[in-house]
Amino acid sequence: MQELSQFRREVRGWLEENCPRNMREPMLEKDVCSGGRNFKFQSDDQKRWLALMVDRGWTVPTWPRAYGGGDLSQDEAKVLREEMARITARPPLQGMGVSMIGPAILEFGSEALKQQHLPAIARGEIRWCQGYSEPNFGSDLAGLQTRALDHGDHYVVNGQKVWTSNADKADWMFCLVRTDTEVSKHSGISLVLFDMQSEGVTVRPIRLISGASPFCETFLENVRVEKNQVVGAANNGWNIAKYLLTHEREMIGGIGTASGARTLGEDAIEAVGLSNGRLADDMLRHEVAAWEVDFRCHQLTMERVRDEIAASGVGNTSAMIKYYGTEMNMRRYELLMALKGADALVWEDDCEAQRWLRSKGNSIEGGTSEIQLNIISKRILGLG
Amino acid sequence: MEKLVLTDEEQMVRESASAFLAEQAGPDELRKLRDTAEPSGFASETWQEMIRLGWPAILVSQTEGGLGFSHTAMGQIMELSGGALACSPLFATAVAGISALSLGGNDAQKARLLPMVAAGELTLALAIDEGGRHEPTNVALTAKRNGGDYVLSGSKCFVVDGGFAEQLIVSVRTSGVPGDAHGISLFLVPRNAPGVAVTRTPLVDSRNAATIQFDKVTVDRNQLLGSLDNGMAVLAHSLDIANVHLSAELLGISNECFQRTLQYLKERKQFGVMIGAFQALQHRAAILWTEIELCKSVVLKALRALDDTPEEAALLSSMAKAKTCQAAERATNEGIQMHGGIGMTDDFDMGFFLKRARVVQMLYGDRRYHLSRCAALSGY
Repeated sequence: MQELSQFRREVRGWLEENCPRNMREPMLEKDVCSGGRNFKFQSDDQKRWLALMVDRGWTVPTWPRAYGGGDLSQDEAKVLREEMARITARPPLQGMGVSMIGPAILEFGSEALKQQHLPAIARGEIRWCQGYSEPNFGSDLAGLQTRALDHGDHYVVNGQKVWTSNADKADWMFCLVRTDTEVSKHSGISLVLFDMQSEGVTVRPIRLISGASPFCETFLENVRVEKNQVVGAANNGWNIAKYLLTHEREMIGGIGTASGARTLGEDAIEAVGLSNGRLADDMLRHEVAAWEVDFRCHQLTMERVRDEIAASGVGNTSAMIKYYGTEMNMRRYELLMALKGADALVWEDDCEAQRWLRSKGNSIEGGTSEIQLNIISKRILGLG
Repeated sequence: MEKLVLTDEEQMVRESASAFLAEQAGPDELRKLRDTAEPSGFASETWQEMIRLGWPAILVSQTEGGLGFSHTAMGQIMELSGGALACSPLFATAVAGISALSLGGNDAQKARLLPMVAAGELTLALAIDEGGRHEPTNVALTAKRNGGDYVLSGSKCFVVDGGFAEQLIVSVRTSGVPGDAHGISLFLVPRNAPGVAVTRTPLVDSRNAATIQFDKVTVDRNQLLGSLDNGMAVLAHSLDIANVHLSAELLGISNECFQRTLQYLKERKQFGVMIGAFQALQHRAAILWTEIELCKSVVLKALRALDDTPEEAALLSSMAKAKTCQAAERATNEGIQMHGGIGMTDDFDMGFFLKRARVVQMLYGDRRYHLSRCAALSGY
């Protein structure tokens, strides 16, 4: 305990000294640092903040130092999160690399794969995308048909992926492919890695109702994938996919909880104003308060789950975190639209309405809300 | 910062409470108390056993003859008591009463009364509300100065355990008008003082509450609890503590309802399959489970705040009460609905949970009251 408070003092002092002022301001989606070969920093401060955090290994605080991490224990990482939240420091690096494929490689990958990919992820040099859903296999993901044919030292991959987030900006893809068609659908899947610049990879952005194109269709035509780029054993991909889906659920479930964001109460005061110290609209006041209570409860649940996993190693709550977190984020945007009234309907670049429209995907991506409820019913409650 | 998992000591308290409550103080006991119309609303053997286990001493400091355990430990007992529907003076005396005494009492009052409460020799009741909807500043009951004494006139309602508690802690108006936070004072009034008239008001949950008339009741100024006109500070904090523990009780009720309902979904067959195989019910069960998981987190955090970070206690208390009221309403309603017709029968226990939940929800502010308070505490 004493060591932790010593660590807290050090972290606090270091952050105070090193985190640039600009990096403590509330952030929008465009302010996210996702790294990668083609990433353009928004500011020198953003670049410097990433470099400083990379240097300490704090883009991936709990990874071993050998792979670019900070060697922190779970408790220390929690202290770091809390201290960053205290000064509303922005996350220096976000995305599929640090939160999805990195942890999977750390857990399941060969030593050579770790050496090849992890330090580059930690430094934000390579941006990743995820090749999961296919046109006919969304909720029924395990039915996927993208085929990887064995050619001795490599596979040749053919098929189509869809809803590939940021495939047009990503450098590498981690991709679920079918390596065996003779066995049950869950048993013939492998997780493979390849460079998006490989021959035969074509990406087409999909325009969404928000006007933006965060997702793509990805066509794979005779794409060569080296066998040493299989994560874990061949045909064991579904187990890793489930592990990754768990991570993804937790990541999406934590949506809207990034440090630096303003509270809904503050947004409400700004948009609606106060009358005798109370929000000027009583109905909105009630709804905002209800939302803030649910938000805090959800945050506390993520904290409790982390503490329980640290104490006992048991945790099966990612479906709940995803379900509730995304439903709540969508409610938040509906409330923001209501708070701002007609002002929120104005259509321009990076407007409220676009963020609201984008949020409609939250309860679909990473497994729909209904799939999460199925998972809770079957795996946790033992129904049906 | 304490973690959001129980310590070994808290876990031990939880396990021993669980064993005792399951054995002795479950819904069967409540049914018996109701059917025999026991006037006190609880079984004295059960209360004696709780005293023997040291439960009334948990929140009393060691220097005052108590155990000095944490709110988090007490909260485990409150949660499990909720699940068992256990009837006892534990909440009114050993949570709400002790809190007001500890926070407001002077050294002499604490030295005299707390050891008796800890030993189970004295029961307490808070007499706060004057109307059906909780509003602690809405105090019209007057206390007029008369030499060294005060003379109390007015009435209180929804006084939990007011029918038998030996000492009442009464909020009175010593200045200002109803609605003012300033001008409220707290007095200790013996229930058998001349001019105190208690009318039992049996509630839907078959437990005990009372309406109490104060007709020119004379109390010595030494019976003042805390400072004159500034009783609201003590009262507000006492109510925060009380509401966190009521939230724990609501969590226990919700969870027990849910577990019983889940069991039923796995047993009851229609159309040749267990009804839990139907997605319409699966999703409702999953949503309810999620809501209860959220309640577990906020209740534990609020209990920890009472122990470690009192500056957060007011907001977390109201958040916990608002959230657990919502979950309890859902869990009890779903409990009835998913059990179908049998859930509506008196022979079946589900109705007891529904009835108890509504009383706990309403006591010291329901969801709407506490959401409004959350907004006020958050600056809007």
